[in-house]
Amino acid sequence: MTLPSFSPGDDPGPSFTGLLARLEIPYGVPVVPVGAPGIAPGVEVPHGTTVVASKFADGVIMAGDRRATSGNLIAHRTMRKVFAADRWSGVAIAGAAGPAMDMVKLFQLQLQHYEKVEGHALSLEGKANQLSQMLKGNLPAAMQGMVVVPIFAGFDLHRGYGRLFAYDVTGGRYEEEDFVASGSGSLFARTAIKLGYSETNTRAQAVDLMIRALFVAADDDSATGGPDAVRRIFPIISVITERGYEELGEDEVADRFEAVLADQAARSNGGAAAGGDAS
Amino acid sequence: MSMPFYVAVDQQMKDRADFAQKGIARGRSLVAVEYGAGVLLCAENPSRNLHKISEIYDRIGFGGVGRYNEYDQLRIAGIRHADLKGFTYSRDDVDSQALANLYAQIMGQIFTHETKPLEVEILVAAVGFRPEGNRLFHIRFDGSVTDEDGFAVLGGEAESIRERLKTSYAADQDLGAALRVAVAALAGPDRTLAADDLEVASLDRLPEGRCFRRLDDDEVAGLLGTAAAAPAGSEPPEPAEPGA
Repeated sequence: MTLPSFSPGDDPGPSFTGLLARLEIPYGVPVVPVGAPGIAPGVEVPHGTTVVASKFADGVIMAGDRRATSGNLIAHRTMRKVFAADRWSGVAIAGAAGPAMDMVKLFQLQLQHYEKVEGHALSLEGKANQLSQMLKGNLPAAMQGMVVVPIFAGFDLHRGYGRLFAYDVTGGRYEEEDFVASGSGSLFARTAIKLGYSETNTRAQAVDLMIRALFVAADDDSATGGPDAVRRIFPIISVITERGYEELGEDEVADRFEAVLADQAARSNGGAAAGGDAS
Repeated sequence: MSMPFYVAVDQQMKDRADFAQKGIARGRSLVAVEYGAGVLLCAENPSRNLHKISEIYDRIGFGGVGRYNEYDQLRIAGIRHADLKGFTYSRDDVDSQALANLYAQIMGQIFTHETKPLEVEILVAAVGFRPEGNRLFHIRFDGSVTDEDGFAVLGGEAESIRERLKTSYAADQDLGAALRVAVAALAGPDRTLAADDLEVASLDRLPEGRCFRRLDDDEVAGLLGTAAAAPAGSEPPEPAEPGA
């Protein structure tokens, strides 16, 4: 490893991906010519599934289940899909697990590199744009099936409120006013959030809403993992407020999950009074 | 073609060294002090924006004195080196010694080969997972490296500051005591330095993540005891960045 220095004319500036490109260090998924020998159509790679995010009174909350699937198999039970991007923002990923995690790693590094070189962090809008550009770079891989669709959320320190961004495979960036879901179970999760969403939700209400949304998604989508009380695997839930990014402890999530499930069970029993096996 | 005058190598080196030292002596000094829970970096710096002290990586900090544009270039090169290495291998593989060696190499190269030597001295400081893992590498304008123990002093008045620190420094102090010792040594007997004359940062011994933290004027004033506050020195700092 050397000490990279450049003449003022072709200095890559505070961009880490710019630095990689300038030094010709490859990153991201290598582009393979379509139809090249050795590329089986329908190669199975692990896919991460459902992630959700919503605004609430103090900022934004994001959550993701823990399952990765490969075809009909469960590839991982404890995958992490919600990450801190930096102190004031988080990113949640759905799609091809390998490229998605690579992208998160590079995104975190990109934000931190900028902050260290420039001496101050990017604006939230700037961070959202960075992620958009990375997705654009991933487009050739997406065309080969390595689709990554993240959600970006953060607290905008200039404006003083939380903001949410959804993306598409081409790097298209859509700011959401209320809530967003991505991944295979997103249809069900989104509907569940819609029913309980209010911009004045407290933190506790927002946590319950995320749990309910993931539970509903797991109920109807085989690729989304439900709570696993035996192995103690619960969704990862993070809130981002004025105080920064904070991930909920496993115990808190487990407690809330139990409460939501108990509530759910009580409702089902109300419908069929003699059901009796939900004790 | 005219023959250049012959200048003896030792004369040439001496001229360059004199030139560099003169440049460095014009600026204000910087000290680094190991304390119980990490490494404290403290510089006399009236500017709020032109930093002498900054973050290189999770456990590595940087200090520079002399010409701002020159050490700032070195700082950015160091960040690039560290981030590239962490990206290629892992975050655990970024170490301060490799970085110090690279700095030494490049500064030595410039000293002997370029028309003008760098008018800077730099410090690569690292906080270990245990106190004996702390590192303070002091790199001079000619590329010579010293591995300092306990504290390091950079800048024009380094000698007198070092003498003062030698008598007042003790291992295992809390942050406040370390800061008071550092500031007293920087100021000398005839001056007092206030919080806004100082740039202060610490590398806190956290189990993981970014250990570098700037101390703002209020915190510095509190620790210096100019505000007669409760002893805040031994409080554990808040973690810099969860999960990253």
